[in-house]
Amino acid sequence: MTLRADLHVTRGAFRLDLPLTVEPGEVVALLGPNGAGKTTALRALAGLLPVTSGDIRLDDAVWDRPPELFVPPENRAVGVVFQDYLLFNHLSALENVAFGPRARGLDRASARARARTWLDRVGLADHAGKRPRALSGGQAQRVALARALVTEPGLLLLDEPLAALDASNRLHVRSSLARHLAEYPGRTLLVTHDPLDAMVLADRIVIVEHGQVVQEGPPAEVARRPRTDYVAHLVGLNLYRGVASGTGVRLDDGGSFTVAEPATGAVHIAFSPTAVSLHRDVPEGSPRNAWPVTVADIEQHAHTVRVRLDGDPPVLADVTPAVIAELGLSPGARVWATVKATEAAVYPA
Amino acid sequence: MTAPSRVRRRTVRRGRLPVVLAVPALIGLAFLVVPLIGMLVQTPWSTLGDQLFSQEVGQALLLSLVCASLATVLCLVLGVPLAWLLARSDLPGRGVLRALVTVPLVLPPVVGGVALLLVLGRRGLIGEHLHEWFGVSLPFTTAGVVVAEAFVAMPFLVIAVEGALRGADSRFEEAAATLGASRWLTFRRVTLPSIAPGVVAGTVLCWARALGEFGATITFAGNFPGRTTTMPLAVYLALETDPGAAIVLSVVLLLVSVVVLVSLRDRWIGGTP
Repeated sequence: MTLRADLHVTRGAFRLDLPLTVEPGEVVALLGPNGAGKTTALRALAGLLPVTSGDIRLDDAVWDRPPELFVPPENRAVGVVFQDYLLFNHLSALENVAFGPRARGLDRASARARARTWLDRVGLADHAGKRPRALSGGQAQRVALARALVTEPGLLLLDEPLAALDASNRLHVRSSLARHLAEYPGRTLLVTHDPLDAMVLADRIVIVEHGQVVQEGPPAEVARRPRTDYVAHLVGLNLYRGVASGTGVRLDDGGSFTVAEPATGAVHIAFSPTAVSLHRDVPEGSPRNAWPVTVADIEQHAHTVRVRLDGDPPVLADVTPAVIAELGLSPGARVWATVKATEAAVYPA
Repeated sequence: MTAPSRVRRRTVRRGRLPVVLAVPALIGLAFLVVPLIGMLVQTPWSTLGDQLFSQEVGQALLLSLVCASLATVLCLVLGVPLAWLLARSDLPGRGVLRALVTVPLVLPPVVGGVALLLVLGRRGLIGEHLHEWFGVSLPFTTAGVVVAEAFVAMPFLVIAVEGALRGADSRFEEAAATLGASRWLTFRRVTLPSIAPGVVAGTVLCWARALGEFGATITFAGNFPGRTTTMPLAVYLALETDPGAAIVLSVVLLLVSVVVLVSLRDRWIGGTP
């Protein structure tokens, strides 16, 4: 009763290789930069793009297995919420939602009744007669969700469901979307480039870069132990690769690091920019990592200042404005960075 | 004080057209407009009503309207799917097909009529069998007029609809497919409504072209009053026997053209509603 897909799609020089399983009730987020192949994967699952090789199976039904089998989208039990929703502009909200049941053979009255129930569920019963253009972004998103779910699909696909909303709407729509996804018994695949969407909405995150899976796991795990620079950047951590022997780690890109837990072999080291302290002089004897760095860039965030530092290794530090003033930091300034060994997470590469 | 006046003088000078352009432009305008005005001046307005409701003119007008409308229906039934095929399918050699479809657009209509005669004539490639098996003969019949008009007018419709289809976002069709709609249902309920303005424009254009069709009609359907003598043919005939009637018929056709133009003004002359 699981979606099992082994997606291989070749388009020109681009290659997507994505093994994927989604359990009933599970929400999996496909997270990655633009051009990573997320939308290609979604289109393949929806049946809008045949896979080059591999297969797609839902329960016992095979949807795609080249060369002998391809089930077109209209015959797949799939619901899709497209990035800009693609609501039919010449139909009312109600008719948009009723379109699926009608297309799947329900008579007009029953289709409308079901559509009404779903519009009610997403809290838009009062807007049934409105054309999509008359709806706000958040309302349109809910109509799109109702339209995708009204046929009770086995697989729900969401393509950047919050990307078309402005920041003020996004928070509210995200939490309402999370509620609906929790109620939905089928399998959900969410495609996004926004780590927050993935963290909030998904049970499991699959990170794709250049058509390949680079990391996979529960949101908390991904947030704590990134495996690529892209993921580290998304979750806001400093990440290094190195070879450990005991508590000493020789970093691949230069420099070395002392960690609290002994390890051996290839490892990742991750720590938060807030774990980094800056000093004018070499700090005296403590179980700290200390190394000289040069300020490359200073960026004001809400209540902290992010300092990008060059050195062996380069590092990001979040400090208070007071520290900036005290040390007189400006690009080119030379200071010492320190990180407590206990602040750094070490895990096998 | 001097600066603004200099600026003003400069804008005035810039507003003047160079003579080399202005003169040919005005001649061109006159060339297009004067004949029409001349025709209106020559129109025997006092007897216009009588002429219009005379049997000859009424007959030709009615035949023209019926044939043009039937031809338009034929073009819609065949042309819209053809436009869809050209715009949406992944047929190999679509470029060649598109070129073939536009041939009647640039072909002299008389040549079209000759071609129709050779294929659909009683001894033609297809016409022979039509006559043998079904006893149907198209040339020199009202049905022949419809066929000739449709042949000439269909490219206008196909091109207009294909353009609309290419401009329409095909992702809506994908959305419909994921909702369980077959391609036919998608076409009917999603594609067609979204290209409706293009279809309407194409239809009007097609109808106007069919209404004015002369060359292919007279070649393929001949000139039999009441059966195949449409307005343009009647104008041509009347010019020799009764120039007054010819003018009246022409004025009617001019009126129809103007109505068509006005109904398409947003699209073709960039006017605002």
